[in-house]
Amino acid sequence: MDRVDSRQKVTGAAKYSAEYELPNMAHGILVGSTIAKGSIKSIDTKRAENAPGVLAVLHYQNSPKVPGYAQEAHPTEPKPAGKPLQVFIDNQIHFNDQPIAIVVADTLERAVYAARLVKVQYNVDEHATDFDKNVPKAFLPTAAKRNPKHGLNDYTRGKEDAYKNEALKIESEYVIPTEFHNPMELQSIIAHWEAADKLTVYDKTQAVIGTQNAFAKDWKIPVENVKVIATFVGGAFGNGLHTWPHETAAIIAAKKVNRPVKLMLTREQMFTMVGYRPHAWQKVGMSATKDGKITAITHEAIGQTSTYEEFTESTLQQTRMMYTSPNVTTRYRILPLDVSTPIWMRGPGEATGAFALESAMDEMAYVLGIDPLEFRLINHTDKDPEKNLPWSTKYLKEAMQMGAEQIGWSKRQLKPGQVKNGEWLVGYGMGVGTFGANRGRAKVKATLHKDGTLVMQSATTDIGPGTGTAMVQIAAQNLGLPPEKIVFELGSSLYPPSPSQGGSATVATVGSAVHAVCQTLKQRIAGMVAGNADTSFKGATVENLTFKDGYVSVTASPSARLSFADVLKQQNLPELEVTEESSPDASLRSKYSMYSFSVHFAEVQVHPLTGQVRVTNMVACADAGTIINAKTAGNQMIGGAVGGLGMALTEGGVIDHRFGRYVTKDFAEYHVPVHADAPNISAAFVNKPDLINNPNGTKGIGEIAIIGVAPAIANAIFNATGKRIRELPITPDKLMMV
Amino acid sequence: MIPFQYVKPSKPKAAIDTVAKDQTAMFIAGGTNLVDLMKRGVMTPEKLVDINKLPLRKIERENGNVRIGALALNGAVAEDKLVMEKHPLLSQALNAGASAQLRNMATVGGNIMQRVRCPYFYDTAMPCNKREPGTGCGALQGFNRMHAIFGHSEKCIAVNPSDMNVALVALDAVVLVSGPKGDRKIPFAEFHRLPGDTPQIHTNLQQGELIMAVEIPENPYTKHVHYLKVRDRTSYAFALVSVAAALDMDGSTIKSARLAMGGVAHKPWRLNEAEQFLAGKTANEATFRQAAEIAMRGAKAFEHNKFKLQMGPNTIVQALKNAAGAV
Repeated sequence: MDRVDSRQKVTGAAKYSAEYELPNMAHGILVGSTIAKGSIKSIDTKRAENAPGVLAVLHYQNSPKVPGYAQEAHPTEPKPAGKPLQVFIDNQIHFNDQPIAIVVADTLERAVYAARLVKVQYNVDEHATDFDKNVPKAFLPTAAKRNPKHGLNDYTRGKEDAYKNEALKIESEYVIPTEFHNPMELQSIIAHWEAADKLTVYDKTQAVIGTQNAFAKDWKIPVENVKVIATFVGGAFGNGLHTWPHETAAIIAAKKVNRPVKLMLTREQMFTMVGYRPHAWQKVGMSATKDGKITAITHEAIGQTSTYEEFTESTLQQTRMMYTSPNVTTRYRILPLDVSTPIWMRGPGEATGAFALESAMDEMAYVLGIDPLEFRLINHTDKDPEKNLPWSTKYLKEAMQMGAEQIGWSKRQLKPGQVKNGEWLVGYGMGVGTFGANRGRAKVKATLHKDGTLVMQSATTDIGPGTGTAMVQIAAQNLGLPPEKIVFELGSSLYPPSPSQGGSATVATVGSAVHAVCQTLKQRIAGMVAGNADTSFKGATVENLTFKDGYVSVTASPSARLSFADVLKQQNLPELEVTEESSPDASLRSKYSMYSFSVHFAEVQVHPLTGQVRVTNMVACADAGTIINAKTAGNQMIGGAVGGLGMALTEGGVIDHRFGRYVTKDFAEYHVPVHADAPNISAAFVNKPDLINNPNGTKGIGEIAIIGVAPAIANAIFNATGKRIRELPITPDKLMMV
Repeated sequence: MIPFQYVKPSKPKAAIDTVAKDQTAMFIAGGTNLVDLMKRGVMTPEKLVDINKLPLRKIERENGNVRIGALALNGAVAEDKLVMEKHPLLSQALNAGASAQLRNMATVGGNIMQRVRCPYFYDTAMPCNKREPGTGCGALQGFNRMHAIFGHSEKCIAVNPSDMNVALVALDAVVLVSGPKGDRKIPFAEFHRLPGDTPQIHTNLQQGELIMAVEIPENPYTKHVHYLKVRDRTSYAFALVSVAAALDMDGSTIKSARLAMGGVAHKPWRLNEAEQFLAGKTANEATFRQAAEIAMRGAKAFEHNKFKLQMGPNTIVQALKNAAGAV
């Protein structure tokens, strides 16, 4: 089925947050600091204030106070330790390009011009932005220190660092640079105080309800007085999971000028103000027996964070559960630097960790002289070795087999540099990915109208995976109503609550609530037709009824059927409304380990003289439970593969540490892949249900689409060239063979 | 954006006179570079003289020369039959630049005038002698992966980012200029400057001088040509190193060669000595490698661009191989 909103999207009818026009709307532009650490000595706003059209220039000296500026304003769970940056509260500078003032004017151009006229002088303190030079400052996250059972604590299964005493082993260090989400849509907000205690925001966010709660807390107003609209979100990849300082800056400005204020970040500000995938150092030690059984893995990681918040991610989780190894040690640390706080970026933690673990698997396989696919099959585990629980479902072997056939894995030579296409060296590589098959609690309201159409509502968002489409399909299948008669409305805090769209959990979470409302609707319809004394429906229950094509019939005598519309008509009902909430079954969750799995295969060609890399073929296979929509699920896998290609080959943020300031902050300097970089990418799914996870049998796709891609490409490059590149991105300068 | 005046004259003289007498005025054609720079506050012209109404779009043949109007679009030139037949190297170089969308806006004159892409030049909070003389070169001790290995100075190590320029310098193009003091012809190799002590002066064009056309003299390089651009992604990225190679072959013997590099200097970098070495030699990898070594004499790299000392000669060898093999 096609996306329900594809026509709106391709014709421009879909409205994104910055595209709303409100009467009397003003425009805000943020002024960023030009030092990384210190304080504001003086701020001269006179010229800016006197510039044409300027309504206000707000900063720490004159900004209206945010009454409840929450100590922890994050809509995300778990909340990081520390506290988020609060705008305009003092003169302290914590990172370069920190928002320090907002200029509000009647037009965007005038705001941009006036923002240039703000002159700031600083007391400069010595900053620390260089990861390598500050590694000794890394520490165990506070959350882990406080709670010995916290997952971020050091972990040992069997003997600690057991690989060190083994004969057949590898030990390697891996580095990924800072990467930026850079969705097409810039982070934007329109803040509108409809009354002194009533706020409406058109906001780019993945978290409608989280944002609503955060702003209600900030402004000490009732939650129901905050309306959050995010009908369309033009990509996010995680940087819409947070409420960010720019959002509060716009709300402050709207309060001050008493007009709606639109604020859209510039592309350069997208690199400094809305999070990123943190720079990370990792080390993997691994040992195995001659015949390929892993005996020990030690995986250590240090991830970058800011000085004011402890951002953490589950970089090492997969190492604990992916392979059979009897001895596993993991150690995770964070390193605070004078930079802004990171935020989860697609496949957070796991994508970083997989680059190290899956590269190490390739290195170990090479040492052993075993095919890397064979090596993974030898160490495949049929239960979760960390939790000692059965998997709810795991079809990784099937996915590997599908992928290996499609890429032509049998053409791969064990020895690198053996296959050529003209001058180009050809190589094949693979990488496995996994991510928790998460599910949360969501509520959906469904209204069956007298014309037989169904409208459902929930405050989830759609950042691109096709949430509305999947929900329509789930309802169509469960209720027996053609999809064209179903509408799913999302992206508004007026709808029943759903969690943020993150952690690949939306279909499992909201889809379960859709499933639940459909069951209830069927029961209500059954109850109505059963009371119909004149027909064969008498005494009918859901179990002996068939719901199909918008009609209900008795399964045993299908000729007598009633359309849903006629059922309502008979009852003299204008509509039938039900609301259901659905949450995961905690007792089941304690009996099973639930993960999605993916495997990525890449074929690459490397030019020995120039170091140019061409990825010539990619195959992405996933065990993600039931596939609701093959097109949108395929889109996710392909999009994730392109994102992973960027991670492997092109993307990386660079700071000039003398200034603590990024020198890569536009699309000319920071290279996201373009069409010419992306080869033919095939996505395939095992498509077997996980009914333990949720009644629709789904598991998440968004994250596993990218996790494992970067090592697949790096491993293919090794197979082509014999060069093992352990620091991303793998640019041509690293691959010249002559 | 800083407020500016905008005029759109229909006669070259009016355009030239306006800019000649106003130091704050600039010509604008496709705007693909200047508008970006204005948005970032890097360039702040107070008057823009839009030259798009001037009759400078023609691509024609004149006395054997191919003459390309300054307003001919990069995309149109790359696909032009005459250019593809007579100067396929230029067509290849143009298609290696920017993106299709940009090539359909950018003009030949504008491409010649394209500013450096150095991140320190683009960020007004950073030092840059080119943007603000006397503030220092941010890249010299900073992030200099994309920067020059030839012809740089302590004051500036940025590179000319154009692909088209590399082909034009290899093809001995001439820039036809009209100005307040009349018309003149500037050989392409003399059009751009090395930074020296005055990196803020981008080209040898004087205030008010307008590029009218580019002329490429007839040459035998219609078959064995190759423009090879090595970059961080396959399209829409500036060159780490690029090489324009053109050979006139007699069997396996090189009668004459043209060779130039991009991404290595503040101007498109012609490799005259390597060309002379190649003349009369047999086309093979050993010859190409020797030519590449000659070409790289005098190269000096910085902290992050040492790889160019290896990528440069390798790319020369590969471009020559591709050119020799091209039919």
